[in-house]
Amino acid sequence: MTDHPAGMARRTDPRTFAVKAATMLTQLVVPVAIGAVTIFDKGDFGDVAAFYLPLVLLVIAANFAVAYLRWSRLTYEVRESDIRVESGLLSRTARAIPYERIQDVSLEQKFLPRLFGLTEVKFETGAGGGDDLKLAYLSEDEGERLRKVVRYRRDGGVEPDGQAGAADHDEEAAEVLFAMTPGRVLKFGLFEFSLAVVAVIGGAAQQLDFLLPFDLWDLDAWQERIAGPGRWLAGLGVAAQIIGAAVALVFLAVLGLATGLVRTALREWNFRLERGEKGLRRRRGLITRTDVVMPLHRVQALRLGTGFVRRLFGWHSLKVVSLASDSGSANHDAAPFAQMDEIAPIVATTGFALPDSGLPWGRRSARASFDAAMMELALFTMAAVPAYVFSPYPLIALLPLAAGLVAAIRQYYLYRVDRHALGAQFLYSRHGWLSPKTTIGSRIRLQSVEIRQGPLARRRGYAALHLGLAGGTFEIAAMDVADARRWRAEILESIAGTDFSRLVGPVGDPEVSGP
Amino acid sequence: MNWLAVLRNYNGMEEPDDLTPLDPAYQSMLRLQFALVALVLLAGATVAEYFIPGYTGAVWAPVIVFALWLLIRMPMRRYAARGYTLEGERLRVVRGILFRSDTVVPFGRVQHIDVNEGPLERVFHLATVTVHTAGTHNASVSLPGLKREDAMAMREEIRAAIRRDTQ
Repeated sequence: MTDHPAGMARRTDPRTFAVKAATMLTQLVVPVAIGAVTIFDKGDFGDVAAFYLPLVLLVIAANFAVAYLRWSRLTYEVRESDIRVESGLLSRTARAIPYERIQDVSLEQKFLPRLFGLTEVKFETGAGGGDDLKLAYLSEDEGERLRKVVRYRRDGGVEPDGQAGAADHDEEAAEVLFAMTPGRVLKFGLFEFSLAVVAVIGGAAQQLDFLLPFDLWDLDAWQERIAGPGRWLAGLGVAAQIIGAAVALVFLAVLGLATGLVRTALREWNFRLERGEKGLRRRRGLITRTDVVMPLHRVQALRLGTGFVRRLFGWHSLKVVSLASDSGSANHDAAPFAQMDEIAPIVATTGFALPDSGLPWGRRSARASFDAAMMELALFTMAAVPAYVFSPYPLIALLPLAAGLVAAIRQYYLYRVDRHALGAQFLYSRHGWLSPKTTIGSRIRLQSVEIRQGPLARRRGYAALHLGLAGGTFEIAAMDVADARRWRAEILESIAGTDFSRLVGPVGDPEVSGP
Repeated sequence: MNWLAVLRNYNGMEEPDDLTPLDPAYQSMLRLQFALVALVLLAGATVAEYFIPGYTGAVWAPVIVFALWLLIRMPMRRYAARGYTLEGERLRVVRGILFRSDTVVPFGRVQHIDVNEGPLERVFHLATVTVHTAGTHNASVSLPGLKREDAMAMREEIRAAIRRDTQ
């Protein structure tokens, strides 16, 4: 770092150019290849090639030249109070981001840059809408250094010397909170069975059946195929059809399973969650490796989730709702697939708490559940009437009736399982039928409180409570109106104790003011 | 006692609290706003009346009844349904005729404050105050129908409270 004194404008890593060129070439090769196949198909290979080759080379050269100029005109500068990036070939733009406005610095390594030891540095400002500042690409060391510099300058601390020794020390100090072994990732993949892929492939097989050497849905063909070697199967017409259908189903199931496995492995490989100096640091990914830091003081709420099969085996996921960035990535996976005893220490690290046994859990309003069940039943019954009157099969009216019954049972079940509680510091809400989700919020980290009532709710004395949460939503769909008012009064009391600037200010953790 | 009134008061939002009503001019503004809507509707009804054969007034009559309701009843109800308080360093906004909503934003959570004056509002010397929070949901809460000076005063009050808290 001695050859770059701080405060000097610099360019991104020169190898960026190589990565961009490689990316561009791969993007160019495909259209050129397709073009070549269609053109050269007609014979006259030599003539056509001689005519088009200089043109293709010219296009490639022009692209290279532009890429080079772009690279040479993009400079960034680490200044006293901000980071400045100047870029542009014909129209120049200069952007300055004060350190105070940078929420997170994340590093992302896609496959090609990774081969070159490069990384993309993203400064998240919370502006949302993809307006964040990106620097692509810097060397891994430089990315790491920038991240440290930004963090230290923002927090008003002393800038580290930027020596490798300091970085190593930091690495050692990091405490691993959660990591996934390859075995765990594969197990996770099994539960990520992709129904969507099955549906899409099933549909595509019908649309694009010409791509397959055989017709997936042609049961007669299956019959022949299976019956081919053993003639005796032909006699079992129906059985062969069933076998054929079973084979197709197994094929789709394997496909769904494989998709889940591959997708999960690509995303979660070598998952590590560490507690660094400033917050949680998460690294994961097989081909594209991402490195995200979630500052602890920006954590707004936690979400515990599960799936309806995996909950039988005790698997849960933990997400962190963070103030930074847009809604798309505001929920960071902290532990995508873990047992509760692994999640508990992470929750403790974030300064939140899992619900303890002494909490005064409240139920969903019984009236709200009853009303919702009746409304849904009535809707489906109304759908059943025309089905009964107009359909040639009057019995088909039983279908919407059954659906209405299921909906009503679901409402009853929700009444049984949905819970909410207001603790001294935190508030909890559990909602869901097959895969219940629990949201853990902090009383002082809420922005606003709203009570909503429809005409029915007003007459029957229940309400929905919507809590303003930075980076997510937090609502309790139906509670008794008296409870809702009590919650609001108590939460407002907690909020009033702490100003927003003290909540998100990087200096010190906010004091939690219990009642 | 009227049974409807009994139902309406049953445990509903009608707490005996002293919400500050909006400026009476807001009612007039709403009336003007709805008058514009009614004009458009009447124009549509006239065209329909012209082209659809049959009794004269088959389209006009219901539209006129609706327009009258829009002009006379609706502004009153909307005006009556809305209110606010600024007590205890909190902005509370109540609104909605059928679907009631009652939102409280503590001053300590306000990120920035807008005061808007639309063209109609300017005719009546009214303004809308919008407070923005960091929340994703309900991120901004707006309170229309304030007298212009009141809106400015409210903005100053919230701003002063924020400045005091951050120091």
